[in-house]
Amino acid sequence: MVTEAKTSVKRHIVTLTVNGDEHVALVKANTTLLDLLREEFDYTGTKKGCELGDCGACTVMLDGEPVNSCLILAVEADGHSVTTIEGLDQNGKLDPVQEAFVNHGAIQCGYCSPGMILSGRALLNRNPHPTEREVREAIAGNLCRCTGYVRIVEAILAAADANS
Amino acid sequence: MSEATTQNKEYSVIGRSFPKVDARDKATGRARYTGDIKVPNMLYGKILRSPHAHARILKIDTSMAEALPGVKAVITAKDVPSTMYGISPARYDETIFAIEKVLYVGDKVAAVAAVDDETATKALSLIDVEYEVLPPVLDPLRAMDDDQPQLHPQYPRNISVEIHQNFGDVDKALAEAYHVRTDTFSGTRTSHVPMEPHAAISKWEDGKLTISCSTQSPHYFQYHIARVFGLKMGDVRVMKTFVGGGFGGKLEASGAEYVSAALAMKTGRPVKIVFDRWEVFTHHRGRHPQHITLTTGVTKEGKIVGCHARFIIDGGAYTSLGIASAYYAGAMIPLIYMFDDYRFDGFRVHTNLPSCGAQRGHGAPQPRFAFESQLDMIAKDLGMDPIEIRRLNARKPNTMTPNEFQVNSCAFTEALDKARNISGWDEKKGKLSSDKGIGIGCGGFISGNGYAIYRTRLPHSGAVIKVSEQGDIATLYTGAVDIGQGSDTVLAQMAAEAIGINYEDIKLVTADTETTPHDFGAYASRQTLMSGWAVKQAGEEIRKQVLELAAEMLEANVEDVDIDRRVIYVKGSPDKVLPFERVANEFFIMRGPLVGRGKYAPPKLGGKFKGAPVGTSPAYSFAAQVSQVEVDEETGQVMVTDVWDVHDCGQVINPMLLHAQVEGALFMGMGEAMYEAMVFDANGKPLNANLGEYRIPTALDVPHVVSDLVDSYEPAGPFGVKEVGEGATLPTMGSYANAIYDAIGVRIYDMPLTPEKVWRAIQERKRM
Ligand code: FES
Ligand code: FES
Repeated sequence: MVTEAKTSVKRHIVTLTVNGDEHVALVKANTTLLDLLREEFDYTGTKKGCELGDCGACTVMLDGEPVNSCLILAVEADGHSVTTIEGLDQNGKLDPVQEAFVNHGAIQCGYCSPGMILSGRALLNRNPHPTEREVREAIAGNLCRCTGYVRIVEAILAAADANS
Repeated sequence: MSEATTQNKEYSVIGRSFPKVDARDKATGRARYTGDIKVPNMLYGKILRSPHAHARILKIDTSMAEALPGVKAVITAKDVPSTMYGISPARYDETIFAIEKVLYVGDKVAAVAAVDDETATKALSLIDVEYEVLPPVLDPLRAMDDDQPQLHPQYPRNISVEIHQNFGDVDKALAEAYHVRTDTFSGTRTSHVPMEPHAAISKWEDGKLTISCSTQSPHYFQYHIARVFGLKMGDVRVMKTFVGGGFGGKLEASGAEYVSAALAMKTGRPVKIVFDRWEVFTHHRGRHPQHITLTTGVTKEGKIVGCHARFIIDGGAYTSLGIASAYYAGAMIPLIYMFDDYRFDGFRVHTNLPSCGAQRGHGAPQPRFAFESQLDMIAKDLGMDPIEIRRLNARKPNTMTPNEFQVNSCAFTEALDKARNISGWDEKKGKLSSDKGIGIGCGGFISGNGYAIYRTRLPHSGAVIKVSEQGDIATLYTGAVDIGQGSDTVLAQMAAEAIGINYEDIKLVTADTETTPHDFGAYASRQTLMSGWAVKQAGEEIRKQVLELAAEMLEANVEDVDIDRRVIYVKGSPDKVLPFERVANEFFIMRGPLVGRGKYAPPKLGGKFKGAPVGTSPAYSFAAQVSQVEVDEETGQVMVTDVWDVHDCGQVINPMLLHAQVEGALFMGMGEAMYEAMVFDANGKPLNANLGEYRIPTALDVPHVVSDLVDSYEPAGPFGVKEVGEGATLPTMGSYANAIYDAIGVRIYDMPLTPEKVWRAIQERKRM
């Protein structure tokens, strides 16, 4: 559905599922999924680090696949299902990847953590027992300036072990 | 063995790897960073920045921007105080907006506040600025020449600072040396690249300015912002939100706070400014590119007898913290090896490029790369093993450097020995296949700065702990700033240990100039030692009050009463016990709030010569790092396969966090060694101010890392602690360069160690 606003930028009504709940919003054609999540829905766990697809801080799962939400238009997400970091823990119980990040010291400033955790979760969903190399490849698009990735890789491998 | 062994004591809370206090908030997305926060009625601010490296502002027309619906304010230099600010005293040279001239691509020219981000961005494009473009100064090695344009009228020949320090008789020492080498090295402009951009939200209500921001030092922000706007410090409240990394870049207020404050004052509404990635890069304040010439002499046996270090340092447009950086460059050279005769001549110059300041390792990593490289060359000239020459010269405990830094604990020799063992050095050095090599680099760093950045009699840290009326929890109020490194966790452990309760019992209120006691903040690797002292003292004051009352309640002598993890007991009488909460509750009923207070000021440190305070510290850390590389001779590609880091950092409060600091620092060193450099076109425009083209290490780039420790105890630190957060950036560049030399016999003198450079050096070697 398309409406015409004062500024003559086209607006669209989008309906998407975020963390299991249906959300409806009126968005401009150029609004990114990242801005929709953060500004309209207040899912600020999805971080903004570059808006160019370089850092991975804005990673969310779109129909289960990790994507940079700064590179996806809100209208493209219409009818799809999004998981943000806020949707991982269930009734206060952390996802095993989150738990492992906490216990392995994989979090320092934490700005990359939501994106990292979601990349890790997406990897384990499609490959429950990855090798270290596969973990590194899965998070290669998520930059972290604090940790040197050492404990992040360790945490994702530990979460995989906890799966079995 | 150092005095460490005599100090070994059983601790209940420190020395254990508790998860960080805020890890769950961060793992679940609950943690709110400044950019995540919205307040009612908030406007979005944006800054218009100069497209020219050097230009005169002739005219600014804001009328079109003002007319755009949704725009609430447009401001330029004429709307804000013209007070100069900065962070190096006596060198304040920035204004909120450029007044006459812009000095780098990215300089602040005007700003808008609008109802949303998009309107603000659009309004910026409607501001019309007329510039007269001036020739820029881009080459630091030419900046002092007479024919170069001048950036600042107050700094003739573009000299930001000129330093000459002379200890002993270097000329004589070098003249008498058995062997002398002179070599020149250079480093690049690398940047902190915190994943979270700088951000601030300012509110102006009833004459009071409240700023929530991403900061390493609420105190310095408050001090400078109050000064610029002519407000009482008490009318400026600076509060830290969660911070997504700083690494030195968020120590000084950036445009985000000054400009959002000015816009809030003009509109009466809260204003949020979040930098974009381009602004983070051009605001910079990161590493200075240094040109370093070292002349070093040794005896026949390899003992260093003297060193003369000369620097030309590119400071960029403004001073930032660059005076200290320039002093650090030379001051840290004689720290880790013992020699008496040392001279250091340095110039920091201005160029029309982004301003340089403090970045992890502050001023010291590039000179350390130079020294570690040259020391390997000297060892080769003498036919010595690189670790042997380092052992021979390694600093010893309880010694003084020529520039009068007092070193107490020092397990550098032990660190060298351990690095040698765990890396398998003896089996590998000179014995690896022709494409592989192993190299060593070392470093040492301060554990907090001996003097504050501006002159003040304030102690460096304060802390208050208040026990709840029921005695179940204790709240630590500290101005210390957790930017991800984990100070909240470490200080909570220290508080619990000092009181005698559990880690989980400690709650925190931190980094807010109104509610927490003064602390200078997160820089110079100071908080574990300095904030730690204040916290320990506050905790001990509570312990003392509780034990005194408990002794009365137990009818025992106070000397016989002790506490461990909430259990108060009489030594030797196992049945005489009281729970902590009983006594704390009783204390409140009888005497009122149970509070402990602490403060820390370092002792008077350092010599009397000009610049003597820079580099003074109550304690110094030491580190040895061995790296192993594989080099592809066809492409020049270098793969670092393994790094072994051995740190002498005193008593460890939280091993997991400590090793995480080493790993992070090491990878920042690795980025600087292998990839990172800001580059500019012939007009001074940045070419790679984004995360795609300015390359930081990714998860695929990293070697296997072993972080190890040596037993050590620092008498000047609470519980024996000293530095860990920055020191591991220092050895990395040198150890990589030395490993590459070991692999293929080529020496790279300038950073970073790119495939092209390595390949060219290989071709050069083949021609000879
Ligand atoms: S913000 Fe989307 S990749 Fe950086
Ligand atoms: S923890 Fe700070 S960027 Fe990854």
